[in-house]
Amino acid sequence: MCLAIPARVTALLPDGMAKVSLDGVSKVISVALVEGVAPGDYVVLHVGYALARIDAAEAERTLALLAEAGARPAAAL
Amino acid sequence: MKYVDEYRDGALAKRIAAAIAAEARSDRRYHFMEFCGGHTHAISRYGIEDLLPRGVRMIHGPGCPVCVLPVGRMDDAIRLAQRPGVTLCTYGDLMRVPGSDGSSLLKAKAAGADIRMVYSTLDALKIAAAEPGREVVFFAIGFETTTPPTAVAIETAARRGLKNFTIFCNHVLTPAAIRAIMESPEAKRGEVSLDGFVGPAHVSTVIGTAPYGFCAAQYGKPVVVAGFEPLDVMHAILMLVRQVNEGRTEIENQYIRAVTPEGNRTAQALVAKLFEPRESFEWRGLGEVPFGALRLREDYASFDAERRFGIVTVPARDNPACDCGAILRGVKRPADCRLFGTACTPETPMGSCMVSSEGACAAHWTYGRFRQHARAREAGVVEGASA
Ligand code: SF4
Repeated sequence: MCLAIPARVTALLPDGMAKVSLDGVSKVISVALVEGVAPGDYVVLHVGYALARIDAAEAERTLALLAEAGARPAAAL
Repeated sequence: MKYVDEYRDGALAKRIAAAIAAEARSDRRYHFMEFCGGHTHAISRYGIEDLLPRGVRMIHGPGCPVCVLPVGRMDDAIRLAQRPGVTLCTYGDLMRVPGSDGSSLLKAKAAGADIRMVYSTLDALKIAAAEPGREVVFFAIGFETTTPPTAVAIETAARRGLKNFTIFCNHVLTPAAIRAIMESPEAKRGEVSLDGFVGPAHVSTVIGTAPYGFCAAQYGKPVVVAGFEPLDVMHAILMLVRQVNEGRTEIENQYIRAVTPEGNRTAQALVAKLFEPRESFEWRGLGEVPFGALRLREDYASFDAERRFGIVTVPARDNPACDCGAILRGVKRPADCRLFGTACTPETPMGSCMVSSEGACAAHWTYGRFRQHARAREAGVVEGASA
């Protein structure tokens, strides 16, 4: 029930709603809880609501940190 | 799927596992609790425990909202659904949770109660609008992630003048539960070895990382907030090992792509406007947790099913053979329960930990037990295997 997934906003709708794409499947969700959502943004989708925007730059940075964490296992010794 | 696949790279997971193995000291053990059921699920599903060195162990925490709902509240919901004129809307996970005397929402529905599974509070609102003759009650449960969606539904109902919509509020709070674990009798007697927490992903998108400060300040335990994908969890474990090795107790954030220190202010403000903390609320496994749950404020009393229907919760006993309580406190593991896999399976759950896919028993049943069996056989410890 706590599972949440990334969804791409494709269009804003009236009343704080938006259309999102989940791997090509289209769904209407509420974006009332996240300020300033725009088409093209990725949001964390949970029980029909966007809870947070996914920060593209921080997502890249995480991938870089992960690569670094796995790059030199013995180096830290 | 973008923002999912890249965090599930198996080869990289092995390299991070190698880093953990290289950095974990061989002269000590590391016990980390993943608070959240979403992490429990990920750890079981991707076999993360198998990738960890022997000295690094994960303890499953109580962060599964279905699992911590006490039997008495489940009974309340079942009785509510049986009232004439009431339509109870619920998240699907709750349908099979056993109440007292083997009852459940599923059985009540089969016997004629009007119970409808919904994916979202928005669906419950639609039902209330379409059927003004019914008293539509939303069975609101969950942590800080699901509370804001409940709040939006109430605000919307107020705006639209829906008089037949109420919620049965069981929303609970993560920091209070972490505190309860640290204050449990077992923890005080030193029976729970705990070196740090993997902090919740989506709860933290809402509350931010700041509310975990007390874990470090008061209890000397580091917290690393982590995303739900397997690489996120591995990375957080590496970060925890490093904190322990360096003698640091800090609140770190691995899930920087969605979590900020201050969290989602819009959601927080809305929740604070509608809800207030309950002085005390029973959690399965943890007992009464002070300020561990929310109720609707007086201004929103007309949306409160507890007030409208005069619900007075009668505490009910758990099935005495079920070890959910000890499992939720991190004292026991699913396989320690003698009902596990015999009397208790996801088809016939005896306790709440076997119901939700985020429950420790269900996760272990679905993904963990075969692996553990294989591992034990390799080590020659399964009965008969050495013969
Ligand atoms: S296996 Fe079933 S009975 Fe045993 S602790 Fe888990 S949920 Fe309870």
